[in-house]
Amino acid sequence: MSHLVSIDNVDMRYGGAEGTLAVAGLTMRVDKGEFTAVVGPSGCGKSTLMKLVTGLHIPQTGVVVVAGQQVTKPVSIVGMAFQNPTMLPWRTTLENILLPLEIVERHRHRLRANKIEYVEKAENLLEIVGLKGFGSKFPWQLSGGMQQRANLCRALIHEPDLLMLDEPFGALDAFTREELWCVIRDLHAAQGVTIVLVTHDLREAVFLADKIFVMTARPGRILKEHYVPFERPRDLEIMYETRFNDMVHELHGEIAKARVVA
Amino acid sequence: MSALSDNSASLATPRKPVMARINWVRAAPWLYTIGLFVLWELLVIALDMPPTILPAPTDVFAAIVKYWSPIWKNSVQTLYTTTMGFAIAVVAGLGIGLFIGWSKTIYAGLYPLMIGFNAIPKVALVPILVIWFGIGTVPAVLTAFLISFFPIVVNVATGLATIEPETEDVLRALGARKMDIMLKVGIPRSMPYFFGSLKVAITLAFVGSVVSETVASNYGLGNMMSSAQSQFNVPLVFAGLLMLAFEGIVMYALMAWIEKRMTGWAHRSTMAQ
Repeated sequence: MSHLVSIDNVDMRYGGAEGTLAVAGLTMRVDKGEFTAVVGPSGCGKSTLMKLVTGLHIPQTGVVVVAGQQVTKPVSIVGMAFQNPTMLPWRTTLENILLPLEIVERHRHRLRANKIEYVEKAENLLEIVGLKGFGSKFPWQLSGGMQQRANLCRALIHEPDLLMLDEPFGALDAFTREELWCVIRDLHAAQGVTIVLVTHDLREAVFLADKIFVMTARPGRILKEHYVPFERPRDLEIMYETRFNDMVHELHGEIAKARVVA
Repeated sequence: MSALSDNSASLATPRKPVMARINWVRAAPWLYTIGLFVLWELLVIALDMPPTILPAPTDVFAAIVKYWSPIWKNSVQTLYTTTMGFAIAVVAGLGIGLFIGWSKTIYAGLYPLMIGFNAIPKVALVPILVIWFGIGTVPAVLTAFLISFFPIVVNVATGLATIEPETEDVLRALGARKMDIMLKVGIPRSMPYFFGSLKVAITLAFVGSVVSETVASNYGLGNMMSSAQSQFNVPLVFAGLLMLAFEGIVMYALMAWIEKRMTGWAHRSTMAQ
């Protein structure tokens, strides 16, 4: 029972029987505590994968199992973060981070009574991502990078076993992105959470992940599975080493080929 | 040291000329209003208009003073029917808006009906309301309600319908029910739309109540103007119009103020400074 996520031969079609087939014959495993990245050409069904794992979509054929249970409805052990931080502008950053606790079944009834404990936890997360003291600010008073940090806090506040990230750093400038890579790297190391990162950025994938899945163009399936051999903790310097660049290069070649096939 | 020299420098500068000391932006509404009345007065004098066709502002203000008692009574009546109708429209509009925004099916089903209903000139409904409720206050209130609830419904429903799909995904993945999403995101999100629509709705409510009073009532500014018109008392007709405009501006300003108070976060560009 070491797989936290296992997807077996899943087909997912949108818009009825004649609709587009987003993924076909998708099979993949994610181990507990592992950092997995999913890369592929655009439109390869990476976002569909996110929705399948979180239970927002139920596949037409095949089985998705998360934490030993077949997914038939949204699974609340998952935290999600998207490229768009979607902070609610009428709530302060702290209130935004506490929002999942108002929803998740096992927290919502004890939130009021244990407010202090939860706020403390949120403050703690804010400190980890480098936003200490910004909890009382409204999200629109924060920069894009800071909003994305807060977004990560919101995804983590209910202590999910699995963190699903859909290109969370796509809209950020290069320096902020590298900073946040380190934040995520440290979070993963400290909290032992399982992370699935969907991304277009191959360097990001190689830098962060233990395992990289390469997907084909639509209908998406797993083309190849790579293990990233680099020891942890990794430093940003690793990105200038030959073995790192060789791996990025190899991935790049595979995706370029996957695009041509499409 | 530098602070001291700054201070003395500002003391030494001569007072600004009068033209530069006036805040022209703040003064503009008053100046333009006065300008309009002056222009109007000049036009009447220049064209030698008889007061039965176009009374000069001075004639209109004289009429307001002369007929103050009936003008006051009817103004209060119109304000009363308008705000009553508007209040019902706010409650019903918010309710129907939330109901419509709740699901795509309800939205699809009710939207054409609402548009069809909104396309009907409300003056055509007044005779029906008179058959049901008789003449007077009730049809005026109902007409004000019927004409002003549509923008509220549309705006509230729009606010609900434009929730970002990512936000919905994040919450649904956590096991949120429809009700949770509505309470936590949908309703707060639609509030700026709702309060924005109140400004449109209140001016429409005046149109509704006055139309109804004109056709079927013994009270109100609409009735006062139509009887003044039948007696060729044109300055009094214009006095009624002026009172309506005044009430409209006051109520609009009130709604704008409420909007600002309730949804400050939506006006963030100005708040952030």
